[in-house]
Amino acid sequence: MPTPTKGARLGGGPAHERLMLANLATALFEHGKITTTEAKAKRLRPLAERLITFAKRGDLHARRRVMTVVRDKGVVHELFTEIGPRYENRPGGYTRITKVGPRKGDNAPMAVIELVEALTAKAETVREATAATKKSAAKKAPAKKAAATETAAAKKAAAAAEAAEAAAEEAADDAAEGDVEGAEAAAAEARAEADKAAAAAEGSDDPKVDEAAGEAEAFAEIAEDAADDAKKSE
Amino acid sequence: MAVPKRKMSRSNTRSRRANWKAAPIALVSCDRCRERKLAHTACPTCGTYNGRDVLDV
Repeated sequence: MPTPTKGARLGGGPAHERLMLANLATALFEHGKITTTEAKAKRLRPLAERLITFAKRGDLHARRRVMTVVRDKGVVHELFTEIGPRYENRPGGYTRITKVGPRKGDNAPMAVIELVEALTAKAETVREATAATKKSAAKKAPAKKAAATETAAAKKAAAAAEAAEAAAEEAADDAAEGDVEGAEAAAAEARAEADKAAAAAEGSDDPKVDEAAGEAEAFAEIAEDAADDAKKSE
Repeated sequence: MAVPKRKMSRSNTRSRRANWKAAPIALVSCDRCRERKLAHTACPTCGTYNGRDVLDV
């Protein structure tokens, strides 16, 4: 289902509404500032800003799109030659609505809608500065990531120690069963895991990592002993 | 069609109308000229809003 237009419905029908909005947009671009009711100003704002975006694009297709709304060629020319270039570095928000209180006669709330000024050099620098702060804030995030890898190293070492333990157990089992080859293979696995843990410990100065690496080393030794025992008994 | 059977007494009419009261409008003082004005609205006295000229006064 299409989304209903945000804001009040104007006029006696869709065609009437289109005409009123087109006339309001024409008047706004002609004079730069118009006084109208709040409801009409609020409906006009998105339309006018879309037309200015077309003007910023500035090609023939955009001009034809605008011509379907603003019928006055003189106004369209002004829009494309003066208003569009003025907002070259402004990312949207080309109009300002200011409430001016109720109208005499029918007490309708009135508002002034106007085209805002071009961005000054100072405002531009402020914008760039805020963008830079945002960027630096984004840069701080990787620093946090480094801390995360530190703990990741600890995790790796712990996992390696666990694997070494499992391998040592396997080696002991194989030795008990008299399977020399299996025991040796398991011992080699345990040694490899211990080496892995040691490598992880070298990359970081976390005491936990060192502890895990030491554990893995001990398990590898147990596995090797078991394998040797199996060999001797054979 | 249903119609009133009796003329409404002066007393009843007046007691009904006694509740038609106007509430005072909440106003704030303008930053520029200290005049009382509607909130979030350009000041009709000095024609400014947020330090910016909006109305021709």
